[in-house]
Amino acid sequence: MLDHILSILIFFPALAGVFGFMIQKDGMRAYGVSVAAIEFALSLWLWYAFDGSVSGMQFMESLPLVPSFGINYTLGVDGISLFIIVLAAFFTLLGIGSLTDTANVKYMIITLLFLQMTMVGVFAALDAIVFYVFWELSLVPMVYIIGAWGGPLRIYASIKFFLYTFTGSLVMLVGMLFMAYFYYQATGVWSFGLLDWYRLVLPENLQLWLFAAFFIGFAIKVPMFPFHTWLPYAHGQAPTIGSVILAAILLKMGTYAFVRFSLPLFPDASAFFMIPIAILAIIMVIYTAMVAYAQKDIKQVIAYSSISHMGIIILGTFALNVEGVTGSIFLMLGHGVVAGALFLLVGVIYDRRHTKMMSEFGGLAHVMPKYATIFAIMMMASVGMPLTINFVGEFLSLLGFYQQSHILTLLAGIGIIVGAIYMLAAYKKVFFGEVTNEKNENLPDVNKKELFALVPLVIVAIWLGVYPKPVLDPINNSVKSIIQLMHNKSITELGQERIPDLVKVKEIVIQETTIEEVR
Amino acid sequence: MLAPINISMESLNVLTLTPMLIPVVGALLILVLDVIKGGLHKSLYVVLSLLFLAMDFFSVVDSAGIFAQNGTVLGMFDVMLIDGLAILAQFIIVLASMLFIPLSLTHKRFHEFSYPEFYALFLFMISGFQFMVATDNIILIFVGLETSSLALYTLIAMHNRDKSFEAAVKYFTMGALAAGFFSFGAMVFYALTGSVEINKIALVLAANGYADIGYVLVGVAFMLGAFAFKLSLIPFHTWAPDIYEGSSASMAGYMSIVPKIAAFIVAMRFFEFLVHSGIVWLEVVLYAFVVLTMTASNMWALVQTDVKRMLAYSSISHAGFVMAAILIGTTQANSALFLYWVLFTFTNLGSFSMLWISRQKNLPAHQMSDHSYDKFAGMIKTAPVAALIMGLFMLSLAGLPPFALFWGKLYLISSAVTSGYTVLALIMALNSAIAGYYYLKLIVYMFMKEPVMGNDGHMYVANATLALKTIIGIAAIGTIFAFVAINPLLEFITAFVYNSGY
Repeated sequence: MLDHILSILIFFPALAGVFGFMIQKDGMRAYGVSVAAIEFALSLWLWYAFDGSVSGMQFMESLPLVPSFGINYTLGVDGISLFIIVLAAFFTLLGIGSLTDTANVKYMIITLLFLQMTMVGVFAALDAIVFYVFWELSLVPMVYIIGAWGGPLRIYASIKFFLYTFTGSLVMLVGMLFMAYFYYQATGVWSFGLLDWYRLVLPENLQLWLFAAFFIGFAIKVPMFPFHTWLPYAHGQAPTIGSVILAAILLKMGTYAFVRFSLPLFPDASAFFMIPIAILAIIMVIYTAMVAYAQKDIKQVIAYSSISHMGIIILGTFALNVEGVTGSIFLMLGHGVVAGALFLLVGVIYDRRHTKMMSEFGGLAHVMPKYATIFAIMMMASVGMPLTINFVGEFLSLLGFYQQSHILTLLAGIGIIVGAIYMLAAYKKVFFGEVTNEKNENLPDVNKKELFALVPLVIVAIWLGVYPKPVLDPINNSVKSIIQLMHNKSITELGQERIPDLVKVKEIVIQETTIEEVR
Repeated sequence: MLAPINISMESLNVLTLTPMLIPVVGALLILVLDVIKGGLHKSLYVVLSLLFLAMDFFSVVDSAGIFAQNGTVLGMFDVMLIDGLAILAQFIIVLASMLFIPLSLTHKRFHEFSYPEFYALFLFMISGFQFMVATDNIILIFVGLETSSLALYTLIAMHNRDKSFEAAVKYFTMGALAAGFFSFGAMVFYALTGSVEINKIALVLAANGYADIGYVLVGVAFMLGAFAFKLSLIPFHTWAPDIYEGSSASMAGYMSIVPKIAAFIVAMRFFEFLVHSGIVWLEVVLYAFVVLTMTASNMWALVQTDVKRMLAYSSISHAGFVMAAILIGTTQANSALFLYWVLFTFTNLGSFSMLWISRQKNLPAHQMSDHSYDKFAGMIKTAPVAALIMGLFMLSLAGLPPFALFWGKLYLISSAVTSGYTVLALIMALNSAIAGYYYLKLIVYMFMKEPVMGNDGHMYVANATLALKTIIGIAAIGTIFAFVAINPLLEFITAFVYNSGY
C-alpha cells in the first residue's frame, strides 16, 4: 500500500466525494470529517514512512499516460512537498470540522473533497502535464466555493479569480510545451517528466524566455505585486472556509512551483532575474503592508498581510541559497498555519455579527477572552515574533537573502516592521478599550467546534516555532540537492557566482613519485 | 473509327466505393419503404439509418485495414483516393452521424423527424461528405460538396419555423456563392495546369516553378473564399450564427462538426502543397484568417445572450483554432487536427444535445429565446445531474484539463511550438483564456444564480428520452475519460496521417 500511497492520497478524497452524493444531508458533516481524518492519518503515515535523510524523491510512482507524447503519470515527494501535502490534509480536516452553518452543506463538503484531490495532486506531481492538470483543476472547486457561498460581489470575484489564473497558466502551458520540445530536440524523445527536464541544460536566452513564461503562471497564483489584484476580491467575497484554504494551501502552489520548476530548470535565468524579482517582492511586502494599514475591514487586513508575507517567501526563494530556500519553504508552512488560522478567527466574529468592519467592534477582549488570546497568539506569530512558526521562516529567508544583497534585505525588514504596526493597530481597534457597540456585549466566546480548529493550529504554531528541527531537516536535505543541481547546471558566470557550490572540491596534489626497478 | 473502350473491372477497384454506396442504398431503401407503406413511426427510420451507418462504419474499418497493409488505394479511374486522411475523416463523419441520428427520438414531437425523407436526405448527405473526403479530384469534390450541402439546406428548412426558413435560404444563397467561388477557382487551376486532380496540379505547378504566380494567387483566393465559407472563417462567417439559431439544436451541433471536417480535409489536401511551396502571401493570409477567426469570434461570443448563439460563435472560434493546423502543415499539426476534431465531436455534440433535451415547444414569458442564459439560472438546484453534465461540457470546451478538448489543444499548440510559430502558440493560448470567460458565464448562471420562480427543473429534461440520454452519456464518458484514449488514438492518427504523406 505504501507503494501507491500518493495515488491513494490524491484519489481517496475524490472517490469519497463522488460517493458523498449518495449520503443524506444529516450525515454529511460526519462523513466529511471522517474522510478528511482518514486522509490526514494517511498523510501522517506518509510523513512517518518518509526517510528524512534522503534528499531525492521518494514513493515514486509512474504509469504511462500518453507515452508517444511523453506524458506519464509520475508522482513522488521529497522534503519540500511532503509537508505541504500534510498541511493540505490538515487544513481540509480542520476546515470541514469547523464548518459553520452553510447552505447546501453537502455540496460544500463534496467540493472541498475534490479541492483536496487537486491540492495533493499539484504537490505530488512530477510530470509537468499532470501538474498542470491538477493546477487547473483546482480552480473549479475554488470558483464554485467563492461563487456559490460568497458575499454580494461573489460572481465578480470568482470570475476574476478564474480568468486571472487561467490566463497565467495557459502562458505557462506554452512554456511547458517549449520545454518538452527542447527536451525532444536534445534527446529525440518527448518527455514532460520533471526529473528528465532537470537534466537538461538550456542556453541562457532560452532560459530567460521560458523563465518568463513560467513566471507569469506562478506569479499570478502567488500573487506577486502587479498581478495581485484578484486576491483581495477573492478573499473579501469568499466564505471563511474558502479564504482559509485559499490562503493556507492554494497560494502555496505558486511559491512551491517556483522552487520545483523555475529554480532547478532555469538556474541562470533565476540568477539573472534575482534582483528584479526581489524588488518586486519588496514592493509587495511594503506596499501591501501599507494598504493593509488603510483597511477598515478586518478580513481585508489579513488578506493584504497574507500577500505581504508571500513577498518574504518569494524573497527567500530567490536568495538561491540553502538558507533562503529552506526558509521560504518553512515560511510557506508557517504562513499556511498562521494565515489560515487568522481567516478562521475572522470567520468566528463574522458568524456572530455578520460584519467584518473594525469600527463595529472594540473591547472584544472583555467579552471573548479566549478568542482574544488565540487571536493574540496568531497575530504575534503573523508578525514573526520569536518562538513562533513564522519567525523561523522569515529569519532564514532574510538571512539567505542577506548574503545576496544587504540593502534589499534591510528594506524587507522594514516591511516586517510595518507589518507589526498594522496588525497591532487592528488588534487594538478590535479587542482593546471599552465595549462601545452594545451589540457586542453578549457575544458568546469560541465554541467547541471552533476550538477544534484553532487549538491544533496554536499548538503547531508554537511547537514549530520552538522546535522546528523535525520539519526543517528533511526540507534542508532536499533543498541542498536542488541548490547543488542548480550550481552544476548553471552556465553563466552570474549563475556560478550567485548560486553557491555546496560540495567543496577536494584537491589532491601528488608531491613526489618514484619508480624503482625491481629485479 | 473509335476502338471500343476496354477496361477490366479489376483495375476499377469498385470496392473503394463501398463506404459511400452503403448510405445511398440505405436512403433509397427508406424511400422505397415509404412508397410501399407510409406513415410509419420515426423509430423505424432511425434504427434503419443507424444500421446502415453501422455497416458504413465497418466498411470504413475494412478500408482502414487495407490501408494499413497496402497503403493508399486508388479506384474508379483513379478518381477515388482512399488514403489515411480519407479514412480518418470518414471515421469522424460516420461516428458523429451515428451519435446524431438518435437525437431525433425526442419526447416532444418535431414534425421534421416524422418524414422518412429526412432520413433519406440525411444518408445522402453523409455519402456526399464521404465522397468529398475520399478523392483529390476537384470535380468529384464539388459534386460531393453540392450533394451534401443541398441535402443539408433542406434538412434545416424542415425544422419548420420562420427562423428555419430564413436560415435555410440564407445558407443556400451563401452556399451557392461559395460553390461559385469554388468552381471559379477550380477553373483557374484547370486552365493553369490542365488537370483537375490536386496532386497533378501540384506537380505541374512545381514543375514550371510557379511561373504564373499571379493566376495561382487568383485561384487560391477563390478557393480560400469557398473554404472560408464552409469553415465559417471570419469574415465569411456571417451566416453561421443565424443558421445555428434557426436550426434545431441537434442539427446545429451536427453542422458544427461534420461539414467542417469534410471541408478541413479538402482544405488540407489543397493548401498543404501551396503552403509548403513557400507562397508567402498564402501563409500570411492563412495566418490572418486563423488569428482573426479565433479572436473576433471569441469577442462576439462574449456578448451573446443566447447559449446556442454563444456556442455558434464558439464553434467558429474552434474552427479557427483548428485551421492553425493547416497553416502549420506538419505531420504533428495534421494529426492534431484529427485528434482535436474527434474530441471536439464528443464535447460539442454533448453540449448541443444538452440544449436539445431542454428544448421547449413554447417559450415562457420571461424567456427571450429558446436557450437564453437565464433559462439555465440556478439549474444546480433544480436539475443537479443535468447541470453537472452541462458544466462538464463547458469546462471541456474551455480546455480545462483533464477533459477531452484539453488534449487536443495541448497537441495542437505543441505542434505550433514545434514548428516555430511561437507567437501563434501564444495567441492560441490566450484565446483559450478569453474563451474561458463565456463558457464560465453559463457555469455561473447554472451554479451560482437563483432559479427563476416556478421552475421545477423539468424543463431542462423536457425533451429527454432514453435515446437522448444515452447519447449524452456517451458524450460525457468520452469527455471525462478521454485521457485513457489519447495514446492509442494519437498513435493511430499519426500513423495514418504520416503514411498518407501529410
